[in-house]
Amino acid sequence: MRYSKNFLVSLYQTMQKIRKFEQSAEQLFLEGKLPGFIHLYIGEEAIATGVMAALNQGDYITSTHRGHGHMIAKGGDIKRMMAELFGKTSGYCKGKGGSMHIADFSIGVLGANGVVGGGLPIAIGAGLGIKMKETNQVVVAFFGDGASNTGAFHESLNFASVYRLPIVFINENNQYASTAKTKETTSVQNISDRAVSYSMPGITIDGNNIIAVYETAREAIERARDQGGPTLIEAKTYRIKGHFVGDPTKYRENIEVNKFWENEPIKIWEKQLLDSKIITDKEIKKINEELDAQISEAILFAENSSDPIPENALSDLFVDDAGYDY
Amino acid sequence: MRNISYAEALGEAILEEMERDDTIFTYGEDVAKQGGIFGAYKSLLGKFPNRIFDTPISEEVIYGSALGAALVGMRPVVEFHFADFLFTGIQSITLQIEKIRYMTGGQGKLHLVLRGPDGVSNSAAAQHSESIETIFMHIPGIKIIIPSTPYDIKGLMKTALRSDDPIICFEHKSLYATKGEVPEEEYFIPLGKAEIKKEGKDITVVSMSRMVHESLRAAEELEKEGISLEVIDLRSLVPWDKETVIRSVQKTNRLIVAHETWRRAGWGAEIASTIQEEAFDFLDAPIARIGARNVPMPFNALMQNFVTPNKENIIIEAKKLLGR
Ligand SMILES: Cc1ncc(C[n+]2csc(CCOP(=O)(O)OP(=O)(O)O)c2C)c(N)n1
Ligand SMILES: [Mg+2]
Repeated sequence: MRYSKNFLVSLYQTMQKIRKFEQSAEQLFLEGKLPGFIHLYIGEEAIATGVMAALNQGDYITSTHRGHGHMIAKGGDIKRMMAELFGKTSGYCKGKGGSMHIADFSIGVLGANGVVGGGLPIAIGAGLGIKMKETNQVVVAFFGDGASNTGAFHESLNFASVYRLPIVFINENNQYASTAKTKETTSVQNISDRAVSYSMPGITIDGNNIIAVYETAREAIERARDQGGPTLIEAKTYRIKGHFVGDPTKYRENIEVNKFWENEPIKIWEKQLLDSKIITDKEIKKINEELDAQISEAILFAENSSDPIPENALSDLFVDDAGYDY
Repeated sequence: MRNISYAEALGEAILEEMERDDTIFTYGEDVAKQGGIFGAYKSLLGKFPNRIFDTPISEEVIYGSALGAALVGMRPVVEFHFADFLFTGIQSITLQIEKIRYMTGGQGKLHLVLRGPDGVSNSAAAQHSESIETIFMHIPGIKIIIPSTPYDIKGLMKTALRSDDPIICFEHKSLYATKGEVPEEEYFIPLGKAEIKKEGKDITVVSMSRMVHESLRAAEELEKEGISLEVIDLRSLVPWDKETVIRSVQKTNRLIVAHETWRRAGWGAEIASTIQEEAFDFLDAPIARIGARNVPMPFNALMQNFVTPNKENIIIEAKKLLGR
């Protein structure tokens, strides 16, 4: 392969880090330790990992309610993420946001978002801002198949096209929007077909193929950086877990899910790395042990962090917030 | 001192700040080529062509993009065309702009301004006449300015353009062409500072926007009958200047709150409630609320005028409060 071993192995590491984080979150939630809602990214790790591998540190992303993977791949600190899931003061949002609102503006993550399609207009603004500033940064907007049916999707892609904004739209088509099957609620076979209406390239790829994701994203990101305008990439994948942890998933058959476990991105990538002798079993074991240790450390950090005092609820609304509570 | 229009004063504020700060840019529907549907941007025509531009009719993106642009370090000023059309992009404001800083534990500075026309005008009917500032007072997360004069809009807008918090500015359509004194020298008006437009001793009238002028007209007429109104213009609604209102009520012992938006659950109810909580002992009469009748705005001028509050309503309420 044309890539360095380091690079190829780092893709594996990032995907596994996301997977392990998600598995721990699921477990902790089921044990009753985490409040709220958790939407897992299990089975979709190749998308965030491949896209972020093609982005620069100074680039921006907008994320979704299923955002842990985006955050980890962009370099988020899993300790502060885990602490946020617990609602602790040491969390990314000091316990005010939770899973659906994790953000780190300092590393370019402009927020997960609890509103389906809600990140798209924000990405447009970041793109506009970059254009005004004349820097060569790029914005990647992640959104689901369900989000491609919102008005925000239409407004955003049209706007990005008209102003040739430096944005790459990454549609994570995991074939479900909550309980609804995408093919039953969506007017096109491939969501990338919609790009035609916005005069931008539209590409459908196998979202479980990490190299396909990386290479397609890289090309689109370079085009955006060179003022070549936006691209819509549809990465087809599968939401292996329920919509949220605890979803009884009465709306689909186990047989369907089992089929996708066979085709999940980490398994595929691990096999490829082993088959092509890029990595040994021993190295895989070591990576996984290191990741397990990092995750345990994050959980420990979160569990040992203090709860906020209730009065903290009254801060952080405004920069200048003296006297605004009446 | 020179006399300039409300629209000119707004334009001056934006131009002066754009010259000083190149992160400021402004956009919306029909702003660059037309100068805004009610001429708010007339004085900006031809200026800064790259930093003043027209957009597609995509309100959710227009408002939401202000947030994204602020997060990458810019200071966007977005026009909302008609206050009514805040609703077509409302989630970008109420679910994103008003919440993101709080939800992320205080990350980021949302230096952005949303501004545009509101209020009743000649038979514009139900979808082009609304005043909806109360909604933004109700939902925490955005500051509200509502200037009533050229002097105020210049001073408040200049403050807004240097603030690090999101601000929404409502400009009554009937005010753009009105003229007033505006000094050549630079000045700023802080948020949360009301102005006593006219001192009086019998009744305090709290209002904003067009209703300030109606209140002043009512005061002039009532003066002839020996009734003295103290007229207060709040100028900003979040935050609002509670201290000035309380001090006035301690003197007059009577309060009327007058706004153009609907009377039912309008912001006047919030003011009235606060004053009865904090200055109950000073009140000699129930607080009177004046606002539009609780229907959408009708088209026919006779019906429109019936529904919309004006100086007559203030005169009637004032006399009632005094038992005359
Ligand atoms: C505007 C809006 N409508 C409905 C919901 C409730 N909801 C949360 S996630 C979701 C499904 C989203 O599907 P998709 O965009 O495909 O993302 P996925 O969950 O599959 O990652 C729904 C309906 C919401 N959060 N926001
Ligand atoms: Mg989906």
